[in-house]
Order: sequence, then structure tokens, then C-alpha cells
Amino acid sequence: MALAIPFLCGLLFGLGLCVAGMIEPSRVLGFLDLAGAWNPSLALVMGGAVSVGLIAFRFAPAALRAGAASRRIDAPLVVGAMIFGIGWGIGGLCPGPALADVAFLEPRAMVFVVAMLVGAWACRYLKRTGAETLRP
Amino acid sequence: MQIDWIHFTPWSALVGGLMIGAAAGLLAIAQGRVLGASGILFGLLDGARGERAWRVAFLAGLLMAPPLARLALSIAPPRMDASWFTITLAGLLVGFGARLGSGCTSGHGVCGLSRLSLRSLVATLTFMLAGFATVFLARHVLGWS
Repeated sequence: MALAIPFLCGLLFGLGLCVAGMIEPSRVLGFLDLAGAWNPSLALVMGGAVSVGLIAFRFAPAALRAGAASRRIDAPLVVGAMIFGIGWGIGGLCPGPALADVAFLEPRAMVFVVAMLVGAWACRYLKRTGAETLRP
Repeated sequence: MQIDWIHFTPWSALVGGLMIGAAAGLLAIAQGRVLGASGILFGLLDGARGERAWRVAFLAGLLMAPPLARLALSIAPPRMDASWFTITLAGLLVGFGARLGSGCTSGHGVCGLSRLSLRSLVATLTFMLAGFATVFLARHVLGWS
């Protein structure tokens, strides 16, 4: 029964993505296209989610609450976010909506998710071998 | 700036956003976990064994949502027409970047900002700016559709 909560969270998250229209790459790209016909919808998705989150996280276990997070801004964080943003801008898909689109049986989403796993694996591989060569 | 009024859907965007925030809040309060789609997926492949069950349950719920949304809320499936090359390149970059930067739109963007994490704020601003720049370059400089 302990798994009912994460299951419901996944279900609610997925329904939220569907209702919000995040599952549609053209809407995401419409938000990212400031110089074209701009679609502000995604700002409301983020705003809505964070406004609930700001309240909810105050009741979360101490390890998740404000102030408990690491404050270290390092190169992997910034470079990783930059690469992520470039990929997001090319395809209009990020991991959550891509998984939802797989459940719509969309073949392109399936290819995207496989590529995503390969990318994540490549990053882990490089990190590991990089750490080995750097070791004194 | 010109607003795309035809495709701008403020109410459904806001309601969907509130649902996403509620899901993240519930997972944080009841389970003490951060709702990050990339972290949950990647953690399944190489995370601690004891951490697998809740991740599988979450992903099962996530994969149940689209058929339910289609039946109960008559939400249309996405229209995807990007080339296979574009999709593959985008997926590789998103996976690599989310892994290196320890998070994606849900983990850094929704949960990180909600818990006032400075790291997540920097990550979110960075991927937003990179996304804006990429679309600008692709559509308005290189002329891709």
C-alpha cells in the first residue's frame, strides 16, 4: 500500500502535464519562441506549479525544506543545464512530457526517450572515466 | 513581441500547473522525495535497489495518465512532426544535460524553485535562456521551421 502514494503522484503529475498542454512540443516551442508568435501558457504552468509547491514544501521533511538544499554552483550544474536547454529548444520535449507522450504511443517520443537514456548513460560513463583519469 | 492568442490557453495551463504542483507537494510531504522526472527515471537504472519500488510506482502512474486523460478528459494526443534526426539529437542532449546538471524542468524548475534552492534557480534560468537562444537561432537565424 505504501506504493499507492507515488503511483497517485505519478498519475496526478501526468494528468497535469496533459491538461497543461506540456505534452505538445509545439506549445513548448511556442513559449520558447520570444521573437515569433509567443505563447505564454508555459509561464502559467510553471507559476501554478511553483505557487502550490512553495506552500507544500514548507510541510515537507526537513531535508527537503528551503535552506536544506546545497548552494554549490559548479560547472556541471551550469553546463548540464545549458546542454539540457539546447536539447529542449531543439525538440520541445523534456523528460516528464516525453514519458507521457510514450504513453500516447507516439513513436517519436519513444525514440526521444531511448536517446535520452543513451545521453544520460554517456554522461555517467564520461563522469566515471573522467574521475579515474583525474585521480592522483 | 507578438502574442499567439489562438494557442494561448491560460486556464488549462494554470489548472495543469496546479495539478503538477500538487503532485510534487504530495510526493515531498508523504514520501520525502523530489518529483524530478529525469531523476526518477535514471535512478531506476542505476540507483539504490531499495529506491526502485517507489520509482516504478510513480512511472506506472505517469504512464497511466495519458490514456486516462484521453478517455475521461478527451485530451488529444500530441502532434509530433519533427524529423527523426531532430528527435534523436534533442533526446541525447536532454538526457546528457539533465544527468550532468542533476535535474530537469520538474526537478529543478518546479521542486527546486518551490524549496527555494539557489542551485535550482541557477539551473532553471540557465536552461530557460539556453532554450530561448536555441529556438531563436533555429527559427530566426537558421530558418528551420
